[in-house]
Amino acid sequence: MPTIKSLEELKKIRDEALKKRDIKTTSARVQIVVGMGTPGIAAGARDTLKEFLTFIEEKNLTDVVVRQTGNFGLDSMEPVVQVIIDDAKPVTYGKVTPFAARQIMEEHVTGGTVVQANVIPS
Amino acid sequence: MKEIALHLLDMAENSISAQAHTVHVSVTENFRTDRLSVSVEDDGCGMTEEIVRQVIDPFYTSRTTRKIGLGIPLLKEQAETCNGKMNIISKPGAGTKIEASFQHSHIDRMPLGNLPTTFLALEVTHPEIHWIFTYTYQPPFSSSPRTFEFDDQPIKETLDGVPLTHPNVIAYLRHTLEEGFAEARK
Repeated sequence: MPTIKSLEELKKIRDEALKKRDIKTTSARVQIVVGMGTPGIAAGARDTLKEFLTFIEEKNLTDVVVRQTGNFGLDSMEPVVQVIIDDAKPVTYGKVTPFAARQIMEEHVTGGTVVQANVIPS
Repeated sequence: MKEIALHLLDMAENSISAQAHTVHVSVTENFRTDRLSVSVEDDGCGMTEEIVRQVIDPFYTSRTTRKIGLGIPLLKEQAETCNGKMNIISKPGAGTKIEASFQHSHIDRMPLGNLPTTFLALEVTHPEIHWIFTYTYQPPFSSSPRTFEFDDQPIKETLDGVPLTHPNVIAYLRHTLEEGFAEARK
């Protein structure tokens, strides 16, 4: 029966992460909140979320946290994603396909420029 | 919803709305009995019989009494179309278990969908929940079923505060889930 293969491997990951964290600040710089109510899920929020995770994994970003929330109440704009960087005002994006998710990660999260095409004005 | 996996995601979100601490998501593909069964069990706030009836009724809309949308009625409809059924067992204060089954080979059955991605999404974005994922595969001719069980408790203890969204941890979880499923299906 296959179970979780090696917790040893995970321990190594943990120790490395903790070592690096001593030097850097402890809290996450960026929070990404994906709306995962029924409308979000039906509109493809899971694959959008996966794209964020894939990007974090690829670029080895240690200061980004991805979370989920329920319905944002913007059903026609689903999948809806909110990006919060430090203390800045949260930016809400609509119709975030996996492609748009990648764009947000590249231009907004790493580059600092908001992706205007997907912004929902608040 | 195009996949059963997405229904599971939806049901698990309901469990979180119900303030669950532990959520057990289980999927069984049985090729001997030609059944596909899924269940989501939580220790959340539970529902009275009255509310369970309302949750199943697609035309009941008052959002003040419940937070669940059309997901449940649609799942019930899907299951019944495929010679299966959906069942909700719930008790206020104790939790809720939702089960759905399908005839595996039914032409109208939705594809199961991407389970590793679904479980990864739940695991990483709800660190406060204790997740248990079980996948069981019973091939048509071999004798015993193969089960992959993923319980995140030892992982969280090992991580000791390192976030689940740490890139190396995401990679670890993704590999563990993908390989676990592939192994059970082999």
